[in-house]
Amino acid sequence: MHNRVLMNGNDAIGEGAIRAGCHAYFGYPITPQNELTSYMAKHMPEHGRVFIQAESEVAAINMVFGAVVTGKRAMTSSSSPGISLKQEGLSYLAAAELPAVVVNVQRGGPGLGNIAPSQADYFQATKGGGHGDYHLIVLAPNSVQEMHDFTIDAFALADRYRNPVMILTDGRLGQMMEPLVLYKGAPPKSPPKPWSLTGARNRKPNHIRSLLLEVDALEERNLILQAKYKTILAELVGFDEYLTQDAQVLAIAYGSSARIAKGAVDQARAKGIKAGLLRPITLWPFPRARIRQLAAKVKGILVVEMSAGQMLEDVQLAVGERSPIAFEGRMGGAVPEESDVLTALQHLNKPTRKGARS
Amino acid sequence: MSTSRSRPKKTDRIIYRRPLSLVDRPTHFCPGCGHGTAHKLIAEVLDTLKIREKTIGVAPVGCAVMAYYYLNCDISEAAHGRTPAVATGIKRCLPDRIVFSYQGDGDLAAIGMAETIHAANRGENITVVFVNNSVYGMTGGQMAPTTLNGQKTATSPCGRDSRSMGTPIRICELLNTLDSPWHIERVALDGPAGIRKARKALLTAFKGQMEGKGYSLIEILSPCPIHMRLTPRDAVRFIKEGMIPAFPLGVFRKEGKPVT
Ligand SMILES: Cc1ncc(C[n+]2csc(CCOP(=O)(O)OP(=O)(O)O)c2C)c(N)n1
Ligand code: SF4
Repeated sequence: MHNRVLMNGNDAIGEGAIRAGCHAYFGYPITPQNELTSYMAKHMPEHGRVFIQAESEVAAINMVFGAVVTGKRAMTSSSSPGISLKQEGLSYLAAAELPAVVVNVQRGGPGLGNIAPSQADYFQATKGGGHGDYHLIVLAPNSVQEMHDFTIDAFALADRYRNPVMILTDGRLGQMMEPLVLYKGAPPKSPPKPWSLTGARNRKPNHIRSLLLEVDALEERNLILQAKYKTILAELVGFDEYLTQDAQVLAIAYGSSARIAKGAVDQARAKGIKAGLLRPITLWPFPRARIRQLAAKVKGILVVEMSAGQMLEDVQLAVGERSPIAFEGRMGGAVPEESDVLTALQHLNKPTRKGARS
Repeated sequence: MSTSRSRPKKTDRIIYRRPLSLVDRPTHFCPGCGHGTAHKLIAEVLDTLKIREKTIGVAPVGCAVMAYYYLNCDISEAAHGRTPAVATGIKRCLPDRIVFSYQGDGDLAAIGMAETIHAANRGENITVVFVNNSVYGMTGGQMAPTTLNGQKTATSPCGRDSRSMGTPIRICELLNTLDSPWHIERVALDGPAGIRKARKALLTAFKGQMEGKGYSLIEILSPCPIHMRLTPRDAVRFIKEGMIPAFPLGVFRKEGKPVT
C-alpha cells in the first residue's frame, strides 16, 4: 500500500488498528460504521489476526474482554444504539483495568434515530455511560488523518493506563474521503502484562475479576481507579488552538463541529472580528484549565455541537462566571451551518451583548 | 486402622487424594450443593489430562462466580451470561490453550442464550460446563429457564405455570439442532455412578478440545438443596425423580454427529 492514500474515515481507523498491532476485532453491523467492520473482515485475516462478526454488540464487547485478558490488543466499533449495548462491557473493562479500544461513529438519536452524523453521545462517553464510578479516555478526531493517528494513540494509551479508550467520532468523519498519510512505524510498544491470563505455567494463577464483596476491598479498588484517573487528568489533556492568541471571541468545538467552527472563525476574521477556536482532542480528560484561562481574556465563548448542548456543560463548569457562553447546536443528525456559527460569533463580539447562555 | 494416625503406613493404599488442580480451602457452597462436586470433577480432569497450566476458565455470574477460589488455574469473571463470548475472545487469541466456561442455568439459558447458541454455532473450540440446578441459586431461588413445570420458586410461588411461564428449556436438545457442535452430553450428580459418568463426559469434552475437535457442552443436573427447598438427600431424589424425566440423560452428539 502506498504511504499516501485516499480513504474514508472508517477504513482509516481500521488500517490504524492493524498498524497498531490490534490482534482481534469483533463487530456487529450498524450504519454509519459498516465500512470499518467490512475493512476488518477483509484485512484482519490477511494479517493472521482474529475477526468475528458477533451476534450482537453485547457479545462483541465481551469478546473484546476475553481477547484483552490474554494480553493481546483488541478493538470493537459501533454506532450510537450499539454503543448503548456495550455500556455494561465498558464498565466491566474499566473495573478490571483492561486495555481495550472502542470506536463510536455517532449517529442521530435518541432511540433508533437515524444514520446521519451526530455528537449526542458525549455525556455517555465522557461521564461513564455504564454503572459505577469510572471513566473512559475519550479521543475526538476531526479528520481522516486523525481517525488513523488517534487509533494508534488509542492502543498505546489503553496499554499505558490499563483503561478502555473510546474514539468518539461521527458518521460524517466516518464516511468522508480525505488524503491520508499512513502510519509507518512499528506498533506502539506493549508494556509487560504480568496480570494476563495465559495459563498458570510456572506461576500462581491469575484472576481477572471485578466482584469484590467486601465493602473495604471494593472501596480500595475504587480509590485505586480514582488515583489513576487523577494521573490521566494531569498527564493527558489534549487540545488544539487556532488563532486564540489575540482572540476576543472564542469558539469551542470538537470533531466535525470543529471543522465548521473553524470555517466560521476564518470568515469572522475576514470581517475583522478577532475570533479563535479551541478544539478539545481529549474529551475526557477535558481541557478545563486552558478553557478557564482563555475565558478570562475573551468577550464571549461560543460552543458548537451536533447535540442539544452536552460538551456545553463541561465548558460551563470550566468557565463559571468568567465569560458569557453562547451555544450553537443542531440535533437529530442535522449539522450546524457555518453561516449560523458566524452570526453567533458576530453577536458575541457586540460590546453590550446580554442574555448569553451562561 | 487407627483414626488418630495421620501419616499413611507403607502398606496403606491411597485410593483418593485431592486433585492438584483443586485449591485446599473450605467451601462457601451450601451443604449438599452440586457446584463443589462439579468443581472437583473439572479439577480431576485437568489433572488427568495434565493441562492445568495451560487452562483458562471463565466463571459465570451465579453461585460459581468465585470458581477461582477453588480451581487452581487462570480464571476470568464474565458479565452475566457473556461467559461464552469471553471464552471465545480468549480462545481465538490463544488457540493452543484450553478454555472452558462454567455456567448456571440463568447465566447460560436465560440472559446468555444468544451467546450460548452462537458460540456453539460457530463451533468454538471450547468446553462449556453447564450446571443445571433448576433455579437461580445466587439471587435467592428464583425461577430459571430450567425450572420444572409446577416447581415452586421465589418468582413462581404457586408453581411454574406453563401457560404463562413457558416450560423447561432443554439446552442439549436445542443445541443439537445446530450443525457445528462436536460433543453434547447430559449427566446428573445423582449418586456415585452419575458422578463417575459426569467425570467421563468432562474428560471426553476437554480431550476433544485438546485435539481441536471443537465445541462441547456438558450439562450437569445438579442439586441446589437450599432453593429446591429440600434436604441434600431429597434434592438428589428430586434430580432422579423430577429432573431426569424432564431432562433425559445421555450423549446427544458424538464426534460431531447427532446420536439417534
Ligand atoms: C446483568 C445482571 N443481571 C442480574 C444479575 C443478578 N444475578 C446474579 S446471579 C443470577 C442468576 C444465577 O443463577 P444461575 O445462573 O442459575 O446460577 P446459580 O447461582 O444457580 O449457580 C442473577 C440473576 C447480575 N449479576 N447481573
Ligand atoms: S444457593 Fe444453591 S447453587 Fe448456590 S451455593 Fe447454595 S446450594 Fe449451591
